[in-house]
Amino acid sequence: MKPKSIAIVGAAETTELGVIPNVSQLQLHADAALNALEDAGLKLSDIDGVATAGEVPTNLAYYLGITPTWVDGTSVGGCSFMLHVRHAAAAIESGLCKTVLITHGESGRSRVGTSNSWPRGKSTLSAQFETPFGAVAPPSMFTIPVLRYMKDFGLTHEQLAMVAVVQREWAAKNPRASFRDPLTVEDVLNSSMISYPFRKLQCCLVTDGGGALILTSAERAKDFPQKPVYLLGTGESVETPLISQMEDFTTSKAFRVSGKKAFEEAGISHSDVDHLMIYDAFAHLPIYGLEDLGFCERGTAAEYIAGRNTAPGGELPMNTNGGGLSYMHSGMYGMYALQESVRQMRGIAPAQIENAKVSVAHGVGGMFAASGTIVMTNEAP
Amino acid sequence: MAKPNKSLPRPTPESQHFWDGALKGELLLQQCDDCQHTYFPPRPFCPKCANRSVSIIKASGKATLYSYVINHRPLPGFDNPHSIAVVELEEGPRMMTNIVDCPQTPEALVLDMPLTVTFEAMSEDIKLAKFKPAEA
Repeated sequence: MKPKSIAIVGAAETTELGVIPNVSQLQLHADAALNALEDAGLKLSDIDGVATAGEVPTNLAYYLGITPTWVDGTSVGGCSFMLHVRHAAAAIESGLCKTVLITHGESGRSRVGTSNSWPRGKSTLSAQFETPFGAVAPPSMFTIPVLRYMKDFGLTHEQLAMVAVVQREWAAKNPRASFRDPLTVEDVLNSSMISYPFRKLQCCLVTDGGGALILTSAERAKDFPQKPVYLLGTGESVETPLISQMEDFTTSKAFRVSGKKAFEEAGISHSDVDHLMIYDAFAHLPIYGLEDLGFCERGTAAEYIAGRNTAPGGELPMNTNGGGLSYMHSGMYGMYALQESVRQMRGIAPAQIENAKVSVAHGVGGMFAASGTIVMTNEAP
Repeated sequence: MAKPNKSLPRPTPESQHFWDGALKGELLLQQCDDCQHTYFPPRPFCPKCANRSVSIIKASGKATLYSYVINHRPLPGFDNPHSIAVVELEEGPRMMTNIVDCPQTPEALVLDMPLTVTFEAMSEDIKLAKFKPAEA
């Protein structure tokens, strides 16, 4: 993709976030889609490309009454929407479609009309080689590499707790955040043990909600009601569906490959980044993300966070909506990271970073299984 | 036999040898006949060089503790709390397991401690490779 050739012209979350027991998963997709269409000043008939995960795109297209000429059902977990953005950019650039709708909706907490059961089957690699040992849920799987990181790099329990403390500070500024009360390191370390070394306040929320994005070519973007947000660079990769087979437990190969692609394509350096979102399903993810994207040297990101560099007032504002730890986490959080990056680039975020021009949204899929990275800007081509 | 566990694996044609070995108390890996790469989980080709000529080899059963969590959430088939661990085999590959015959505490579960394999019967057809602290 040529930098700034594609723009996000519509972006919205579901009308409500949190606990939504009266709305099915498919309707959460639709609610977000309709909000994004209104945001962009478009009609359903203007959409000719559809991408989604969690639901197959056929369900979404039929339910909304869209007959697309381009469809993407890439489903690699919570970062699927970063991959959709990347694929949509390529599709628009090559003329396969003009206006793409990307949706997410998940009844993660209320489980109304959910389509997927997990784990699937008894013969998958996971079912044969991980599930029998009790590795059946993210809190006791995604966290497995961390003791190795702690031993190799001297990461402390207090530093790991600080990730949640700092993100709560951002959440306090966001009226839509699920949890807004201040936290201390002691609060985190005294919360109930979920999966040693992780305690409850180091694990993401489980909520209901959704979000949608609308993309088109940059040349059309100026005709839309909202300030366009231009794509600068994109990246994606996958490593392994088995956390036990991750090549190195202290760094994610998928993160490194995806991040490098996105930064190279954008032609920016790390000092150009004004705002950063790193998908935080658990407290260690921002640490791995900061290092694997190249913002911090290996083994130093926890110190960087504890030193308030990513906190309000810090040099690299990160997870400014409160993140998956305090804002919301329906299961596939990547969409909310993208939404916050768009808000920051439009200048309308609840905790707006003044004069922010470049934002990076970095997502994880599965448990270090997949990754997608999107670099965006509000500076016109 | 261990407590019933709903999530018993169903072998595939490509993994059947591994599960047959486990039933006999053998931990089986595969090795490329060309580049000698030793790997797990099973597949009938070398994931390093794509060579289809591979041999089944018996692992020593010696390993070290690479990383783990101690799960505190109730889980059918498991005593609570219990370890979910990744061990590094002497031959190189890593695998997921549980550390058994050992207190399920951070004090007792020390990274890089030596371990040996022990097989736990889950059904008539399935034994799982678990690991216990090596005899001093």
